[in-house]
Amino acid sequence: MLCQECRQNEAMIHIIKNVNGRQTELHLCEQCAMKKEELDFSFEPQFSLHQFFAGILEQGLQNNRHDRSDANLQCPSCGLTFAQFSQVGRLGCSECYKAFEKRMKPLLRRIHAGTAHTGKMPLHVQSRFKHRRELEELKEKLKVKVEKEEFEEAAVLRDQVRDLEARMQERQKDQLDKGEE
Amino acid sequence: MKQEALIFSRWMEGTGPDKDIVISSRVRLARNLEGQPFPCLAADEITAAILKQVEDMVSGQNGFADFSFQMMEKTPVLEKQALVEKHLISPLLARGAKNGAVLLSKDEALSIMINEEDHLRIQAILPGLQTEEALKMANRCDDQLEKPLRYAFDEQYGYLTACPTNLGTGLRASVMLHLPALIMTGQVNRFLGVLSQVGLAVRGLYGEGSEIVGNLVQISNQVTLGQNENEIIGNLNSVMRQVIEQEQEARQALLDKKRAELADRAWRSLGLLKYAQVMSSHEAIQLISDLRLGFDLGLIKTVDHKLLNELLVLIRPGCLQLLAGKELSTAERNLERPVQIKKALEQFQVKE
Repeated sequence: MLCQECRQNEAMIHIIKNVNGRQTELHLCEQCAMKKEELDFSFEPQFSLHQFFAGILEQGLQNNRHDRSDANLQCPSCGLTFAQFSQVGRLGCSECYKAFEKRMKPLLRRIHAGTAHTGKMPLHVQSRFKHRRELEELKEKLKVKVEKEEFEEAAVLRDQVRDLEARMQERQKDQLDKGEE
Repeated sequence: MKQEALIFSRWMEGTGPDKDIVISSRVRLARNLEGQPFPCLAADEITAAILKQVEDMVSGQNGFADFSFQMMEKTPVLEKQALVEKHLISPLLARGAKNGAVLLSKDEALSIMINEEDHLRIQAILPGLQTEEALKMANRCDDQLEKPLRYAFDEQYGYLTACPTNLGTGLRASVMLHLPALIMTGQVNRFLGVLSQVGLAVRGLYGEGSEIVGNLVQISNQVTLGQNENEIIGNLNSVMRQVIEQEQEARQALLDKKRAELADRAWRSLGLLKYAQVMSSHEAIQLISDLRLGFDLGLIKTVDHKLLNELLVLIRPGCLQLLAGKELSTAERNLERPVQIKKALEQFQVKE
């Protein structure tokens, strides 16, 4: 077989690509393959993660009648539709997550370790969220202790919860006062 | 200008923990500004405004005094390509959406891409296995940036990103490993398959879509939401420890059985790198790998990690043309490559 690129040398390298069931073949000689690779290497990745899961989403849209109505979901802020997102795999703005939440959550569950962020926070939200998260954790611990009937330890936790709640209220008041100034 | 000065980045230093196996550790944080559409959907005026905002902030702040600011539209193609080859910017940014730019620290350990897929992408890249250090660096930079800027953040979803695969922490940590023994002995497939089950992805030298060449493998986290930054890095590091141990064992086994063959291969590679007249990047990358293995096994002492990293970068098309000072076709590059390799080897103080 001759190289498809130069049509001179014997094809030594055979590339068979299967994209969503569509198979394409490419037969190249060593030199042409090298040339191709050198280009692909630094500038044009062939496999795109976006396209990959955009493919998954699109399949979902085609398979499921219920999903089809979701294709009309539209972000009120940037105007991107869910169908468009399914094609490009990228969102238009930060509001899109809320606008597409119904369909987004199952996707996030599939690609991540959960659907709740537990990491770093920007400074402007840090103290507010940090306390709230801390409070939730404390309450959870408290519940466990009560269930186990370990009341002494539960009492300590209860005091901590009250403390934190009081501190949070004070802080909120402070911020309101500042806002009024 | 000296060859080295033209292409040197801090990660190429050839230092850091596990430098015989881990070439570099890279961490990047994806961030977007509140209330602005993401770059791919934003009008040019919006991306221009974001660019201006960052530029103003940087010029007014001491923390960024020794950063250089480069607009992609004004940067020559070869320079952009060289930045990609040094892993300092992404191919996407180099391909040039409008108003794309990069802020680069003097030692090139920190880079901030502006108007790439997200408004901001902060990257720290260090030599050896230093993912934690790189995260600290990126975090410090992130803290600086967010003082004047307001990030798009959601209590539930974390940092909001253009692609849902980056949502949450916006953190992608990747480690570049040289795994000749595992690849040579075919053991590599055994654990590479397992990696995806623990939320890690394996890629070739140039990320998404690139194949494995020169026994170089990039391993990075896939999960960005539901785990915090320390968990993500911790998970990656513990897997890296395993991979490093496996590679060390495989190297020892090879050394025990095939000492002479490996030494021969390393010396032949050095010979070809020194005296060949025509060389493709594919051949060069394989020779550099063989030479590196020989050096790491103590079979050859006339090179060091810094030189090997430098070679790895200077053989790439963009860097090569930059060093040659002109544009070259593929055939011309194959002639220029040996010239530049030879120069680098000669500049190196051989302790033969």
